[in-house]
Amino acid sequence: MLRPLTLIPVAVFAVLAVVFAVYLWQVGPGGKDISKIPSAMINKPAPQFDLKPIANLPARLKIPGLKTADLKGGVSLVNVWASWCPPCRIEHPVLMNLAQQGVTIYGINYKDKPEDATRFLDQLGNPFKKVGVDNTGRTAIDWGVYGYPETFVVDASGHIRYRHVGQIYPHQLESLILPLLKQAAQPVTDSSKAGSAGAGGS
Amino acid sequence: MIAEIGHYAVVLAFMLSIAQGILPLIGAHRNDTALMGVAAPAACGQFMFVLIAFCALTYAYVVSDFSVALVAQTSHTLKPMLYKVSGVWGNHEGSMLLWILILALFGLMVARFGRNLPAGLRARVLGIQGLIGIGFLAFLLFTSNPFLRLDPAPFEGQGLNPLLQDPGLAFHPPFLYLGYVGFSMAFSFAVAALIEGRVDPAWARWVRPWTLVAWTALTIGIALGSWWAYYELGWGGWWFWDPVENASFLPWLVGTALLHSALVVERRDTLKSWTILLAIIAFGMSLLGTFLVRSGLLTSVHTFATDPERGVFILGLLIVVIGGSLVLYAIRAPMLKGGGLFAPVSREGALVLNNLLLATATAVVFLGTLYPLALDAIGGGKVSVGAPFFNATFVPLMVPLLIACPVGAMMAWKRGDLPGVVGRLKVAVGLALLVVLATVMIDGNTDIVAALAMGVAAWLVGGAAVDLAERTGLFRISLSDTLRRAANLPRSAWGTAIAHSALGIMVAGITASSSWQTERIQIVRPGDTVELAGYEVTFKGAGNVPGPNYTALRGTFELTANGRRVTMLYPEKRDYPAEKSSTTEAAIHTTPIADVYVVLGDSDGKGGWATRIYHNPLVPWIWAGAIFMAIGGMVSLSDRRLRVGAPKRAARKTPVAEAA
Amino acid sequence: MTRKRRRLTVVFLGGLLLATASALVLTAFEDSIVFFHTPTDIATKKDLQSDRRLRLGGIVKEKSWSKKSDGLTHDFVVTDLTHEIRVAYKGIIPDLFREGQGVVVEGRLLPDGNFRADEVLAKHDENYMPKEVAEALKKSGQWKGGAVTGSETGKTGGEKPYGDKPYGSQKESTR
Repeated sequence: MLRPLTLIPVAVFAVLAVVFAVYLWQVGPGGKDISKIPSAMINKPAPQFDLKPIANLPARLKIPGLKTADLKGGVSLVNVWASWCPPCRIEHPVLMNLAQQGVTIYGINYKDKPEDATRFLDQLGNPFKKVGVDNTGRTAIDWGVYGYPETFVVDASGHIRYRHVGQIYPHQLESLILPLLKQAAQPVTDSSKAGSAGAGGS
Repeated sequence: MIAEIGHYAVVLAFMLSIAQGILPLIGAHRNDTALMGVAAPAACGQFMFVLIAFCALTYAYVVSDFSVALVAQTSHTLKPMLYKVSGVWGNHEGSMLLWILILALFGLMVARFGRNLPAGLRARVLGIQGLIGIGFLAFLLFTSNPFLRLDPAPFEGQGLNPLLQDPGLAFHPPFLYLGYVGFSMAFSFAVAALIEGRVDPAWARWVRPWTLVAWTALTIGIALGSWWAYYELGWGGWWFWDPVENASFLPWLVGTALLHSALVVERRDTLKSWTILLAIIAFGMSLLGTFLVRSGLLTSVHTFATDPERGVFILGLLIVVIGGSLVLYAIRAPMLKGGGLFAPVSREGALVLNNLLLATATAVVFLGTLYPLALDAIGGGKVSVGAPFFNATFVPLMVPLLIACPVGAMMAWKRGDLPGVVGRLKVAVGLALLVVLATVMIDGNTDIVAALAMGVAAWLVGGAAVDLAERTGLFRISLSDTLRRAANLPRSAWGTAIAHSALGIMVAGITASSSWQTERIQIVRPGDTVELAGYEVTFKGAGNVPGPNYTALRGTFELTANGRRVTMLYPEKRDYPAEKSSTTEAAIHTTPIADVYVVLGDSDGKGGWATRIYHNPLVPWIWAGAIFMAIGGMVSLSDRRLRVGAPKRAARKTPVAEAA
Repeated sequence: MTRKRRRLTVVFLGGLLLATASALVLTAFEDSIVFFHTPTDIATKKDLQSDRRLRLGGIVKEKSWSKKSDGLTHDFVVTDLTHEIRVAYKGIIPDLFREGQGVVVEGRLLPDGNFRADEVLAKHDENYMPKEVAEALKKSGQWKGGAVTGSETGKTGGEKPYGDKPYGSQKESTR
């Protein structure tokens, strides 16, 4: 009963669906191109930078600037944030929680206005030991940041051990971040599974 | 609490859609009235619950409940109420909820007004609507829940993208969705007909009004989007063949074809298989548009959040819904029996030509839109296909369509009389020639192509007028008889004439604005005057003006014609410091025949300002045309014959009356 | 007219239309498709026809943007951090054109190796990084880690739910 003419639409659609699928998985968002990205930075030393502190910080917020050398000597988290970034705001309590547990967190304040950044920290609290201001975006580029917020786990030797793109969700604290920090305290192994893990959809 | 009610309502609606999607289809198969009876109440309930959810979300926006994550991310207490409400659908999650609300509304309408449908068909249509509902409700619940809470709640929201805080864009999505989702009705009817293996004129009489509703809404939605792009993007253009624009244009093209082919099914009981296919494709294009935009495969200023997970979900949905229905089509379509015969020169023949041209044009736009994506997927490099491609392919395909339109509309069914029709159209031919001549005379440069295009526009308007005059016997019989005939003329005939002449108005607007646009870019200092198209634009100065949540750099221009002041123009560059975003607000002086369009650029640091001034002749006609087209759709819709639930016997009262 | 003949007529007409459309599409593809290139592509590929329109994407080099004395001609350098190309553009630059950020320009390559743009596409928000640019920079390897700030296209979708367009521009508005 089948007629070739009525099969044409199905065939055309099938080709289309394949193209879309290929695009989605290979090239498009979340495709394999993307998942490769982090490897370039993982287990490499953190890039060289020397960033000034947030300008005109009031006395109640004494946060020095940040440079590469600061990262050595202990396991730390480096968080790239900005006051204008909604998820940074949502993520902030998680960072506060980590800071209270004694985790060292450094911040890179990306393309922000000093007064906005100050107000942000005033309102939501300051989890950062040091915050460097990246106004040109150059440092963020060197770190290979592509979304905000983004968080890196850096080991005591100043090597990047893990990269987390997007906000850290509360449930990822126990399941992801704390184990990673523990793991970063161990020396690097070749089979280190460190890599990127997305925060997943919102 | 309200948000939880909303969430719960979505879950309940999801449950109901499962019931609606499965039980009536089984019922219709077994001819079980009880199971079929589930459909209508389920559809009503589904609408109720989705409405509750939508109201809950709207409430959260209106009272700025920032404990709802979505509200916190996209709203702000200082936002005007209009944008608080439009903010509901100014984001991915909320717009999906709106989409589902409209879907449920259509379901409700079939349940409510479909009592005279055969029980089996009604149950199947509602069942298929239910299946679509399952897909979209699952999409909402599992990948884009709008009711997620934020703990702790922030004190203030993040605001809405300044580009989207605009009246034109506030109502663009609802109309667009009304159009997209409206095609789901045609789709459901098509699939139901395939399952039943039967398509008859009654079926077409049911499908046409739904298609008209969708088509009219889509027309308005696209026009709003284009109008917004015109005044907000500051480029002086109104259509950019941007992939996302194309994504909404494709269903419109297919929908237009469907409107015309359904007419043939209704009147002549033929072209059934093709009409079914068009109904599937029209909805498929709507879904495809959603898929391409939501998954981030195509991007533009209109793009919402993109997320591969959502992309995968929608691709899955697309494969199941469209792939599934096309397979069903391949199996069942050969069973549909062809109906009445007709000569190539006949109304049917003309409508087939219309469909062939529209389908080819759709294919061309589709190809141009997706070619870059396909090439990239096979690793062929990155290309962009822009306006030149579409102008070189789409326009030539439209020309025969526009020329044939008035002839086809006057052709008789079954066997037409081509010389006779052309003879009756001689007034329109004369009008068209006159316009061509006048255009050549006015336009010194003699752009012959543009002049001919203006002639085509006049031909369309004249042809529609002649058609009406013929039907009402204008100038042939007494005026009172003419008026009586006009009053008795079916609304669909009026609708056809209005829509076809609207097309002419639009063609004139498009031709004039793209052929005779004058553009001046220069540095102006206070006191400088720029002359263009009979106007003088004098720059008075520029200064900062504070806005509610932005600072604007506002230029002051005086527009004069022959030394007489016409108006003052105040173009702005708005800087939203908190959003770190800027927008350009063009100042536009609109007259019935042209726009003067002024954009303020940047300062040269020495007291001069870069400015761009356009004179866009007839550009308001484009939107006027779109509005008339939509009005034509609505007039047609009010036709007794198409009125939802109208008795079937009303159909053949006036054999001359056709609509499209 | 029999059903068969009618079908034949329709099929013939359809075939004719398809052939016309294909011819139109093919010629239009020949003339109006615009390829995307990076400065490195242009520097290394010698076979680029200079009479073709093309798109050039990269970063606007810091401190390279200047205006000519007419106040309208903009001069800037587009770089992918490996190679650079000087671009001239006459007109009004978009609001969101910034040094150090991604840009796509469309126009022609001049024989002297400079680029003459007649269109500058930088129409999104501050963090906009055109997809093509992001990928090109990733490929050029210069960009450590390969990634860039904010790709508008959702290129980075789920991993970066907020860097892209809607959220990137729905930033805090506290005033």
